[in-house]
Amino acid sequence: MSINGQAYIVGAYEHPTRKAPDKSLAQLHAEVAFGALADAGLSKDDIDGYFCGGDAPGTGPLSLVEYMNLKVRHADSTNVGGSSYILHVNHAAQAIAAGKCNIALITLAGRPRSESQQKGAPQRVDNPVQPDFPWEQPFGMTTLNAYAMCAMRHMHQFGTTPEQLAWVKVAASHHAQHNPNAMLRDVVTVEDVANSPVIADPLRRLDCCVISDGGGAVIVTRPEIARSLKRPLVKVRGAAEAIKHLAGGDVDLTYSGGARSGALAFEEAKLTPADIKYVSVYDSFTITVIIQLEDLGFCKKGEGGRFVADGNLISGVGKLPFNTDGGGLCNNHPNHRGGMTKIIEAVRQLRGEAHPAVQVANCDLAMAHGTGGLLGTRHGSASLILERE
Amino acid sequence: MSILSNTLPHHPEVQPFWSALEEGRFLIKGCRSCGRAHWYPRAHCPFCTSADTEWREASGRGTIYSYSIMRQAKPPYAIAYVTLEEGPTMMTNIVDSDLEAIRIGKPVEIAIRRQPDGDVLPMFKLA
Repeated sequence: MSINGQAYIVGAYEHPTRKAPDKSLAQLHAEVAFGALADAGLSKDDIDGYFCGGDAPGTGPLSLVEYMNLKVRHADSTNVGGSSYILHVNHAAQAIAAGKCNIALITLAGRPRSESQQKGAPQRVDNPVQPDFPWEQPFGMTTLNAYAMCAMRHMHQFGTTPEQLAWVKVAASHHAQHNPNAMLRDVVTVEDVANSPVIADPLRRLDCCVISDGGGAVIVTRPEIARSLKRPLVKVRGAAEAIKHLAGGDVDLTYSGGARSGALAFEEAKLTPADIKYVSVYDSFTITVIIQLEDLGFCKKGEGGRFVADGNLISGVGKLPFNTDGGGLCNNHPNHRGGMTKIIEAVRQLRGEAHPAVQVANCDLAMAHGTGGLLGTRHGSASLILERE
Repeated sequence: MSILSNTLPHHPEVQPFWSALEEGRFLIKGCRSCGRAHWYPRAHCPFCTSADTEWREASGRGTIYSYSIMRQAKPPYAIAYVTLEEGPTMMTNIVDSDLEAIRIGKPVEIAIRRQPDGDVLPMFKLA
């Protein structure tokens, strides 16, 4: 069974807040859910499927389904970190195609700024009996140095330079200047990135994403319902996921699970990277973008640094506009989970609703791709290809 | 550096590793069925699923696969992936070395170190 053409994204909403000290986590989930419903022109009681990730408080979906007073017959709380929501679109499309639900709501929310999570703090341990714990956490592994080791290896093996990494941030900043909600709206240069302090070699402060409160939601439904609504039609053409890890010690940090999920998604969509007009790609760090663009086939393995240089990711300038909302690097990375905003900006582009300064002309095919967990250890990759119909 | 003091969960599956480390010996798991060594140690071989795995004394020699120096930390410290002579690559720290001299490909040797919190850890130093 293929989900190509079986489901459409009909609602998308990004919370405008980036700091929410006066809102509860459940409240943020509800606000993004109701925002997406309003965007779709649907009501709460239309929802019969609910999807959430590890940011949902309580046992899987239970507490939030109750808080929002939903009546669902299908739920999925698969948690693969920040890419979960891209994966959820895939799972929602499958459930819709199988007749398990008609209108699926996916939410993400979080308030790490208000909870004062220290920058660079050790990776939160989800489960102290997770088997990898004693072999990593005692060595001071954090999100920062786990990704830094990927960057260090990529630079060693392929000659990727700090300037090439910096170009990813530069491109994101060019987009963020047009987003009134973005946390970092100042356009930066390669020199600005190079002059920012080293956090974990070779990554500097401006190689890192923002930390933000907020969230987002999307609504997925079947073709007949999508066509009955008033919003532009955004069809799911292909979707796939893959989990990559340290493989019993057979470690290769130069690629991600996107190598597999991307190829599978393109196969389902019957498309190639050359068809894609806009890509939302997870940008926890600048290196994350370079490795994933290679894995997805936008350039050859090892050539990502050269590919992103000289503004090639800037809308209206380069060949592959990316993260035109400013991405996680400049706009928003709610709850350290950037997958949802990747979907939302891809939907905006396909609808022609991105900021005019960054809107890609004739944007009919877009991709949203994410990596959840850590590129430097284990992660879940999720790829989603969408078409404006 | 250990973020949770004295709380490393030493399950029976891996207790021999930690007991040996206390005695200054660095063990890894290998498979009698397929022959391959793996990391981190498991009861079942992650390559062939055989339960016929054994503890093997490792040489303690390896090379740096990748690393990063956490400049924010006071004092800064080096995390690394080290590829052991026996094959597997493991996460560790590079200690007792000039942090600025660390490079990918450099040889390292085991440096078993007790942490202030009491945990004994398999770290490495530049050879």
